[in-house]
Amino acid sequence: MRIIEVSTITQSVKQMCIEANLNLASDVTKALQTYEMTEESPIGKQILKDLLTNVKIAKEKQVPICQDTGMAVFFVEIGQEVHFDGGYIEDAINEGVRQGYLEGFLRKSIVADPLRRVNTKDNTPAIVHYQMVLGDQVKITFAPKGFGSENMSRSKMLVPSEGRKGVVDFVLETVSLAGPNPCPPIVIGVGIGGTLEKAAIIAKKATAREIGLVNQDPYYEFLEKELLEKVNGLGIGPQGLGGTTTALAVHVETFATHIAGLPVVVNINCHAARHMTVIL
Amino acid sequence: MEKISVKTPLTLETVKMLKVGDQVLITGVIYTARDAAHMRLVEAINRGEDLPVNLENQIIYYVGPAPAKPGQVIGSAGPTTSYRMDTLTIPLFKKGLRGMIGKGSRSQVVVEGMKKYGAVYFAAIGGAGALIANSVVASKVVAYEDLGAEAIHELTVVDFPAIVVVDVEGNDLYQLERRKYQTIILD
Repeated sequence: MRIIEVSTITQSVKQMCIEANLNLASDVTKALQTYEMTEESPIGKQILKDLLTNVKIAKEKQVPICQDTGMAVFFVEIGQEVHFDGGYIEDAINEGVRQGYLEGFLRKSIVADPLRRVNTKDNTPAIVHYQMVLGDQVKITFAPKGFGSENMSRSKMLVPSEGRKGVVDFVLETVSLAGPNPCPPIVIGVGIGGTLEKAAIIAKKATAREIGLVNQDPYYEFLEKELLEKVNGLGIGPQGLGGTTTALAVHVETFATHIAGLPVVVNINCHAARHMTVIL
Repeated sequence: MEKISVKTPLTLETVKMLKVGDQVLITGVIYTARDAAHMRLVEAINRGEDLPVNLENQIIYYVGPAPAKPGQVIGSAGPTTSYRMDTLTIPLFKKGLRGMIGKGSRSQVVVEGMKKYGAVYFAAIGGAGALIANSVVASKVVAYEDLGAEAIHELTVVDFPAIVVVDVEGNDLYQLERRKYQTIILD
């Protein structure tokens, strides 16, 4: 058994909140640079240049890349040999968010209740997805989620006979309907299978995957490629002002499902696809 | 392409000159308002009350800035998605609103309202909040302070970069440009 003080978790979370919101992850920056070279629309090309300038300014001035510093979403993998000491892990995570968003001058975008809508003023609570794994380590991935893109995400319970084509059509329809709204070029997380909520969680996880890493199953790696090519043929382009760069990446995650079902969730992330992982 | 300087307050004359695709640099005072502030403005109008800001010939910027660091005028301040304000926009046109800065498509109702009342819709680059903040030289809260980032701020901007995406004739740059690059047509 390994003992981890929850104050360590708070510290890590706080640092990740600030770091991820100020310094765009290198995989995303690299993807923007690559597409800036191939973008065919003059307006689109200029926008990609401006986005890269923005990333540079944020880094130099140590200010957020985007004012929407998101709802704090975490994926926490806990080795089953770990024991947490000094408090409840979720309180420790929320304390890290509180400190990070206050001390990092990040925007507090959370309302305590969806209908009564009073701001909590410290960006808590976070959304935390836990998974028990083997071993004695704790892996925390932080992926702050802006809602311009979250609002453009969709789910659908397809029937099994709709199959692969049904999935492709639903992804294209979702991206097309979203148009300029989610701040393209976007990163698309597609969750296929499981149940309604499982598909949504794996779609979210897919948005946080490092760009350049592909699905380990060649069948789905091919689907990712096909979807990216087709999405970029929709013409939406950077900021929706036309072009060949609508998405930087499409990531597909899957899970076993029921004989009667084919759930699909398309979770859209903006070009400021912030994500960061630490292992404790 | 040469950029056009636009001064606020924005007259109907200027609005009529601006065409879809024009790249502009806005200088003067603009007002911030997003979801919560719009709801309050429209509630005030419905109750017959005076608005906390005179919207005659003004521009509203859909933004909720990040907090300013010490020594900064404003934190990162890029546009939020405009469609959420669509159902709350016509009453503001009736109060003289001339321009909006945001990102993303507008409803047909808003576009018709722009034609009828004489208004223009600009897009700023979503997610370029650190870059855009450079053109803001002063910021103060003028209404609904309790809303925090969603309060109405009066911003003084110099050469704020934007592009005309829907003009007073209702032309839509998003649709016009997308057509040029679309190779995949949905069923």
